[in-house]
Amino acid sequence: METILVLTHVDETGSVLTRASLETVTAGKELAARLGATLAIGIVAPSSAGAATAASSLASAGARLLAVSGEAFAQARYATDAAACEALCRAAEASIVLAPASSRYTRIAAAVAHRLGGFIDAHITAIGGADIVEATRWFYRQRVEAVLSRDARPWFLLLDAGTHAAFAGQPDPAQGEEVAVELPESRTTVSGLRAPSQGTQTIRPDAKLLFVAGAGWTKKQPDGQIHAAEAGELILGFLRASSASLGSSKSLVDQGGEGNSVLPFLTHLNQIGQTGSTPRHAKGLATCCHGEEPHVVGWRFIGERRAVSLDPNCGWTRGKADVVYVADAFQVMAKVNALLQQEGVI
Amino acid sequence: MANVLHIVVCAGVVPDPLQTLEPVTGPNGPGLKNEMVLPAVLDPWAASALYEAAALAAKNPGSKVWLVSLGPKAKLQQVMMTVAQKAGFELVPIDGPIGGFPDAHSTAAVLAETIAALPGLDREKLLLFGGWESATRGAGVTLQLVGERLGIADQFQGVDEINLRDDGSFEVLERVEGGKHQVSVCLGAPAVLGWATGNLAEPRNNPQIGMANMRSLMPALQKAKTAKLEANGLRYLSINLPKQQRTTRVVKDLTPDQIAAELVEWIGAE
Repeated sequence: METILVLTHVDETGSVLTRASLETVTAGKELAARLGATLAIGIVAPSSAGAATAASSLASAGARLLAVSGEAFAQARYATDAAACEALCRAAEASIVLAPASSRYTRIAAAVAHRLGGFIDAHITAIGGADIVEATRWFYRQRVEAVLSRDARPWFLLLDAGTHAAFAGQPDPAQGEEVAVELPESRTTVSGLRAPSQGTQTIRPDAKLLFVAGAGWTKKQPDGQIHAAEAGELILGFLRASSASLGSSKSLVDQGGEGNSVLPFLTHLNQIGQTGSTPRHAKGLATCCHGEEPHVVGWRFIGERRAVSLDPNCGWTRGKADVVYVADAFQVMAKVNALLQQEGVI
Repeated sequence: MANVLHIVVCAGVVPDPLQTLEPVTGPNGPGLKNEMVLPAVLDPWAASALYEAAALAAKNPGSKVWLVSLGPKAKLQQVMMTVAQKAGFELVPIDGPIGGFPDAHSTAAVLAETIAALPGLDREKLLLFGGWESATRGAGVTLQLVGERLGIADQFQGVDEINLRDDGSFEVLERVEGGKHQVSVCLGAPAVLGWATGNLAEPRNNPQIGMANMRSLMPALQKAKTAKLEANGLRYLSINLPKQQRTTRVVKDLTPDQIAAELVEWIGAE
């Protein structure tokens, strides 16, 4: 019989499990029920009190709860996190390990699998199968979808965020079994987080809407001039009014990196597509983007898609977007911003 | 004071992102249709790692860059003709299968074995570079596995910046959730850095660098050892292209006011 371990970790509060962790708990519960497997959940937290609070939120999950806690785990770091997760896996004697594809666990999961003599597959978007475990993931930057399986154990599966509902059980006092960790010598000190220097936080993973700015914003307009400053005001104005997250095509980001002060708030972190991210949002609005497969790749996991483009024959729109408005994005977004401010829609 | 670094960059070759890909299953398992004739490029994130490595080595005299690349010899030769013009390195080619479907653990084992055997490599000065994910398998695990096999206890993924200090320690910026960077300070090599885009633009072709690389590149390709990758129990049950074809409504006859009203209503709808 399989033993499934779900690895989780708390957020910056030190006691609340991350949303991605809770989504993985749901996946673990579903898989355990399907396979008739034993379920355990491992928690990594900076204190025993934080671990207990996190354990309480999982009390109704019907799982064995294990916890690793201590100041060393207050921040994400390869050596300490790998040691913590290795200890949890050994304590649970897990044959299948599910972990959220957070930056914290993505950094260490493969190493832990290797230490345990196991194997790992990452960016899993679905887990199916009745008799065997079938994992779905994408290859070639979300252009080819495959279903795979392994007989070897332990098998680690890193789950992409947004692929399962977050577990939300009734909290009840609970205490996870404390698992001891032999801490390695630490050569790395984490000094904190740094936001983009441009001062405007434009990436909002939890936003309902992704707004994608393409290179057309900084091209010459009908008057023969470039209106980069106006473009920047319109885009930032829209983000403020709509609370949307900002994505960009590579060509537009690269313009900023080459020293042109076109849209100074854009960085490579905004980039979506082949060499950028593939975010998950309920809706997406593209403006001034042009039709290339790399842009489509960045939109793979967007629910409803609309676009504003001057090119009615734009390749990416046909069959990819739900609605395409053939219009000048400068004019449209100015009107949209005015309406949003008037109506306070979001 | 300059630090002497031994930087090993792991980088594969991938189909040009603008190519149409069609999966096929052959006698040797899954692959891409006409894979060997598709134009190829150096893996984009690994290319960022190579350019960062070359820049870091240039700032620290006495440092050296190796480029370890696993792929069909003919493909490696084709791609290296371009890459060799951009950054100085010693190529360490491994003749093996192309594509994203071979098992990452097998790939990592071959890479680690090759790196461990590099003549002249000082493991105490080693910075292991690569892309944080490939554009083929895209799992983001291979470099981590290589580092673990080499016994490197400090690893960083999604790196956009490294600032080397005089004492050999370095500050590193890793991408984390919410469009932020985690800032860490590591006491120094050895370490693994899986690069995201970094901050450097693609270098211009430099014929002098190209000539210098060419002297060692062709002999290295001729001597490339062949690697066979084990499946490790990995089985593909299906491989398909996504079938997301949408019915697109093209709206050509609305004024900006009308479009804005429609968009605002759509944005606000649950």
